[in-house]
Amino acid sequence: MEQEIVSARGLTRKFGAFTAVDHIDFSVRRGEIFGFLGANGAGKTTTIRILCGLLRPTGGTCLVDGLDVDRQAEAVKRLIGYMSQRFSLYEDLTVEENLEFYGGVYGLNEAELGRRKHGLLKELELEGLEKRMTAALPLGWKQRLALGCAVIHRPRMVFLDEPTGGVDPVSRRNFWAMIHAMAAEGVTVFVTTHYMDEAEYCDRISIMDAGRIIALGPPSKLKERYAQATVEDLFSHLLDSSREGSRP
Amino acid sequence: MSYPVQVAGLQKSFGNLKAVDDFSLELGQGELFGLIGPDGAGKTTLIRILVGLMLADGGSASVGGFDVVRERARVKEIIGYMPQRFSLYPDLTLEENLRFYADLFQVPEAERRARQQRLMQFSRLEPFLGRRAGQLSGGMKQKLALSCTLIHQPEILFLDEPTTGVDPLSRREFWSLLDSLQAEGKTIVVSTAYMDEAVRCDRVGLMFTGRLMAVDTPERLRKTYPFDLLEVELDEPVLNLQLIKGLPRVRSVQVFGDRLHVGVAEAQAAAASLERELSQRAVGPVRVRRIEPCLEDVFVELIGSWKERISRDPDKRGE
Repeated sequence: MEQEIVSARGLTRKFGAFTAVDHIDFSVRRGEIFGFLGANGAGKTTTIRILCGLLRPTGGTCLVDGLDVDRQAEAVKRLIGYMSQRFSLYEDLTVEENLEFYGGVYGLNEAELGRRKHGLLKELELEGLEKRMTAALPLGWKQRLALGCAVIHRPRMVFLDEPTGGVDPVSRRNFWAMIHAMAAEGVTVFVTTHYMDEAEYCDRISIMDAGRIIALGPPSKLKERYAQATVEDLFSHLLDSSREGSRP
Repeated sequence: MSYPVQVAGLQKSFGNLKAVDDFSLELGQGELFGLIGPDGAGKTTLIRILVGLMLADGGSASVGGFDVVRERARVKEIIGYMPQRFSLYPDLTLEENLRFYADLFQVPEAERRARQQRLMQFSRLEPFLGRRAGQLSGGMKQKLALSCTLIHQPEILFLDEPTTGVDPLSRREFWSLLDSLQAEGKTIVVSTAYMDEAVRCDRVGLMFTGRLMAVDTPERLRKTYPFDLLEVELDEPVLNLQLIKGLPRVRSVQVFGDRLHVGVAEAQAAAASLERELSQRAVGPVRVRRIEPCLEDVFVELIGSWKERISRDPDKRGE
């Protein structure tokens, strides 16, 4: 098995005259937690959508677990799990029905689905809430349910797009404990966040600005290289200097 | 003299669920008040009652001296309300969105140009006036939403998680706008999930299961942390979390970025025993030092223990 589960070379996406993702090169190692950081509008969500086979690149190549995201998009979708910013949950279904729905979409058989469902309800601390209507759940619980739906088919890699936006500090820590547990089982986690303390939990991070990756490495190494105390300082420092340089 | 915001014994239930439970509060003129609490604590419900969008079941509330039920129309004139999902029209330009809100609030024609100019300078959105709202970045959208909220020159602002999904640089910029609004004398109520924002408020209210559990200045709230606090730096903080939880004198362990915050009984003795125990277990280099708790320490500790207490009762877990 290759060591790299994602490898992008010159990956580009244009929308008309606007280049959202501008010739980026990076790779994600199997089993790591990879933090994908950047300012609003830097191109993070566009990149994730390409990696998940939901949007075709207009240039470059990208392999996910050996599959080409452009030519083998359908196979990529089955292989990965994806949790979008706006959790794709059915509000008028119960907690259990949402899990069953996603299990069905991924073609799990009944016995498998039953086992997986019970395991996830336990892991995600949603036991006792099976029959609860999804619309009535607080945000932190919806978020855990959305994670459950994204991993019900045991993907090798999961993409989480701002999973903790608006979530309180206690729920964020619970959620990250679940991410660490998944990573410990060998699942590769690709995550975006605007909470810089969460970026510190990642094995490696990249920082994106205006469609390009301007830094990539383990948080500790990057902080050392740019002489910054925290990832938050690093983020401000790199974005300020990147924008300074691009001014006419 | 009346308070800009005065709430007494406010109650609101949805079925069996008490969303707002005997909530009382008084805000001073020009105060910047932060509302924090876990998801589902009732923050949004409270704000919706105060802006006159929802009726309480009991208690009373006034804003700017006007009763939020009987004098709802007067309340709407003097407040600005920015909900979590502010309705900008993505197909309209920035300028057209502002004009739409000016219409909605019946801003006199003669004043519009001057107000628009002032707001655009204030929020530094001037270069983007002709851009469609749908093409703005997340941070810019929130600044536009704030500008629309300000078009009728309200005295009291209610902002419901205005910076969720906004990157750190844009968040800082947004908060510098709130500082200047406060300097103009506006009273501001803002809810947030970011503790680094809450510390910028004059006072912070901590809400849980519909109740106001604590309200004070960030400085005094920090002092309510129940243990001595140690910061522990080591190679694999998450992997060693359980190990540290089991050590003597340790009362609480939380992950803070690449470090651990460890609540202990008696800092000096605990630091010594922590260093000794960890070096015996050869987890690599360890650095332990005493630190002052931050607001996030207090939040995580208090909410964590309250949540723990009700987690065994599934009926209450709906909250």
